Amino acid sequence: MTTPAPLLSVRGLTKSFGGAVAVSDVSFDVAAGESVGLIGPNGAGKTTVCSCIFGQMRPDAGSVRFCGRELGRLATWRRARLGIGRTYQRVEVFPEMTVRDHLLVALRVRHHDARLWRDLLGRSAPRADELARVEEVLEIVGLSEVAEVPAAALGLGTCRLVELARAIVAEPRLLLADEPSSGLDEHETRELAAVLGTLQATRGMAVLLVEHDVFLVDAVVDRAIVMDLGRVIASGTFGEVMAEPAVRRAYLGVP
Amino acid sequence: MEQLLGFAVPGVPYGCAYAVFAVGLVLTYRATGVFNFGFGAQAYASAFVFTWLVEDHAWPTWGAFVLAVVVLGPGLGLVFDRFLFRRIASTNTTAKIVTGLSLLVGIPALLPMVFGNANLVGAPSIMFNPNTVYVHLGADVPVNGMYLSAAILTVAMLVLLVLLLQTTTLGLEMRAAVESRRLLELEGVNAQRVTATAWAVSGLMAGLAGVLLAPTEATIQAPDYITLMVAAIAAAACAALRSMPIAAVAGVLIGVVSLVAQGYLPTSSVWYSAVLPALPFIVLVAALWVVPGLRHLDEATDPLSSVDPPPPPPVARVRGREIDRVVRTGWWLVLGAFAISMLTWIPRAWETVLNQGMAYSVIFLSITLLTGIAGQLSLAQATLAGVAAFTAGQLAMHAGLNFLAGGALGVLAAAAVAMLLALSSLRLRGLGLALMTLAAALLFDTAIFPAQSVSGGTGGLSIASSWLGLPLLAPDGHAYFVLALCVLALCAAGVTMVQRGTIGRFLSAMRGSEIGAAGIGVNLPWQRVLVFALSGALAGVGGTLLAIQQTVIAPGQFNYQLSLAFVVIVVTAGVGTVEGAIQAGIGLVVIQELLQYAPQRLQGLTFVLFAIGALTYSAHPEGIVELEKRRWTARAERALARLRSEPAPATASGRS
Repeated sequence: MTTPAPLLSVRGLTKSFGGAVAVSDVSFDVAAGESVGLIGPNGAGKTTVCSCIFGQMRPDAGSVRFCGRELGRLATWRRARLGIGRTYQRVEVFPEMTVRDHLLVALRVRHHDARLWRDLLGRSAPRADELARVEEVLEIVGLSEVAEVPAAALGLGTCRLVELARAIVAEPRLLLADEPSSGLDEHETRELAAVLGTLQATRGMAVLLVEHDVFLVDAVVDRAIVMDLGRVIASGTFGEVMAEPAVRRAYLGVP
Repeated sequence: MEQLLGFAVPGVPYGCAYAVFAVGLVLTYRATGVFNFGFGAQAYASAFVFTWLVEDHAWPTWGAFVLAVVVLGPGLGLVFDRFLFRRIASTNTTAKIVTGLSLLVGIPALLPMVFGNANLVGAPSIMFNPNTVYVHLGADVPVNGMYLSAAILTVAMLVLLVLLLQTTTLGLEMRAAVESRRLLELEGVNAQRVTATAWAVSGLMAGLAGVLLAPTEATIQAPDYITLMVAAIAAAACAALRSMPIAAVAGVLIGVVSLVAQGYLPTSSVWYSAVLPALPFIVLVAALWVVPGLRHLDEATDPLSSVDPPPPPPVARVRGREIDRVVRTGWWLVLGAFAISMLTWIPRAWETVLNQGMAYSVIFLSITLLTGIAGQLSLAQATLAGVAAFTAGQLAMHAGLNFLAGGALGVLAAAAVAMLLALSSLRLRGLGLALMTLAAALLFDTAIFPAQSVSGGTGGLSIASSWLGLPLLAPDGHAYFVLALCVLALCAAGVTMVQRGTIGRFLSAMRGSEIGAAGIGVNLPWQRVLVFALSGALAGVGGTLLAIQQTVIAPGQFNYQLSLAFVVIVVTAGVGTVEGAIQAGIGLVVIQELLQYAPQRLQGLTFVLFAIGALTYSAHPEGIVELEKRRWTARAERALARLRSEPAPATASGRS
């Protein structure tokens, strides 16, 4: 019996900025439906790894394969259409757009459904099935009450949820969640953990969670990869990696 | 060698002025994050006041220099900082560019109104007499006082700047502010004082550059300064808006090489007539293509930039159903009354004016689509309008094609040029894109439009009535009005449908966050090419209409200064809505017509008014006119609700 190919396979990823090596020879896999935490202290290179996977930065060396396909120099938007979704450490919402429109846009992109003639003839109104799908995701993420509010009028925590909803409405096979709890209070973080858990359980979506918040990582991930100074220093279950002396050194500076 | 020197020395004042301009631009950009498009206007203001004091009021040159350069230069910089740019430090690039453009358009229009003399001639040279030869390079290369003053003052200015930046605490703080003003504040330094100093120093440099250039031109004209500023932008771009020494050297080289090439090239060659005047803009385009640093101008480098609050939401556009019905009915009534009036009682002179307004409205719709909906800034919309108009004119003249049919082909040509522009700047965004479109506009202005084979020379092409095919289509007749109204209605409906449709949502996503839009799979390069093509086509339609209305098509009707003014005008009236473009078109021509009855010195008031309106863009991106409309609608809605003793819908109140 052969092991199925991993959904995401990162090999020998290396990225430098001038003389500073941000990511050095990082390799790991994420299987379909698996939830993996990418953790480490500030400056460990986690977000750089995310950006290299999503094509927003070009690695100096190494490869990223998704669903068995080498992504190479593929543009970000093409990677998104292959089934990778992302949320950002610094929120990237569309300020003047309502929450519902955020999701409708993402849904339309997924179906490659934009024709100039259709717009000019006024045949681009949201269809009933699209509205139903949007309502469903709004319900899961808990944004139904603010569906008609422009993102600029929402707080940081809600904007992070909008990003999450926008990413998952297109049903990606892999979600790159980059510090989704940053700026959230404890209550909001618990709600976020519940949402991510639900998504994983019901949709079978793989999640690569870049996170500082120990509670969120513990609640969501199946296993964790710990990075420090651009290198992977440990991997295993959350409990295992936290017991590793190298990890304690990286976080606490003590052996 | 002596011949080379003989050609190079007259390029010294230009080279020095470019160098000072370029270093000033880099200094402000690096220290404050603002690319100051108003720099040309600051230089013009100092040159204007300097010449006005010396020539009109017989001030001594040194006294005028002190007031115009040492006092007014830094003073203007400090005023810009205190009342404008400090308030918009954390807003987006478009808001900063629009604010700079407002100054560039408004100040040159304001000065003749304030000082009452638009024709200043014979600016003196500072320090040395321009007619005295002080030094001979080699046997026969005279260096007169103008060249000597320019070289000495520029070198002194640059040396002082280097000393300030490298040896003083203030210089150290300015260099630190480049990396992060927020971190600097965390160190206990008053970052506002540091940026204010940068503004004052760059203001001083603008004043110096202005006064250096003043004697090289016969009269003090704002367009000269604006064009020279764009040439200096090329030097700044060669330095990736980063290195002041490279910017200075590039500035001197552009000035000197232009004059040397001018000396050697045969005057009858196309290199002399077309390529040479466009040299700085070719350098700018090349720098935008080649210098990697210019592709990442808008990316946040400040490690603390994520602590900025999100931009405030615009005043709510959503109207209650009832008030919406009232507003819509009102618009239809206004349109009906307008059409009937135009066909019945409105005097022919005013009908002509309003016809022109409708043609401008169509051009302005191209800005609504490109900037209001897609968030892309083009400073070449008048050029695209000109491409269509000249294409139609040439096809009518040489191929005997009906002007309207030629106009359709011209629209395709304008769309193609816009697409090429978008394709050539796919790696650029924000400021880089704006500079690329500005360079393209100037290339057309200097190298393509003046050609006899394109525009028929500076006099332009006269449109023969036979070209139109329809004898009734006189530019001041009702037939033109019906044509313009139908075209405007079709274009407005088209833009509205795109805005409401899927492509409009994609463009809106791109405007909101390019990173976020790409992250959900929006094909940004294609969207940008598409919206540029559509916008180019709209500008082309407007250009063709304008050409028919004006009966003559000359290069001056489609130059880059108009492109800059167009952006400022549309932004004031409301860049995000179709009615904003129509208000802008009609408002522009009506104000200009009314000013015919005002004193001569108030003729520039139109641009001053629109520039003041556009200064509010960063606070109210929906446009000051649109803002007031929404506020009044909200008030009406509240009043309606009070009449019925029920609360007004929350969506209609918005931010005040």
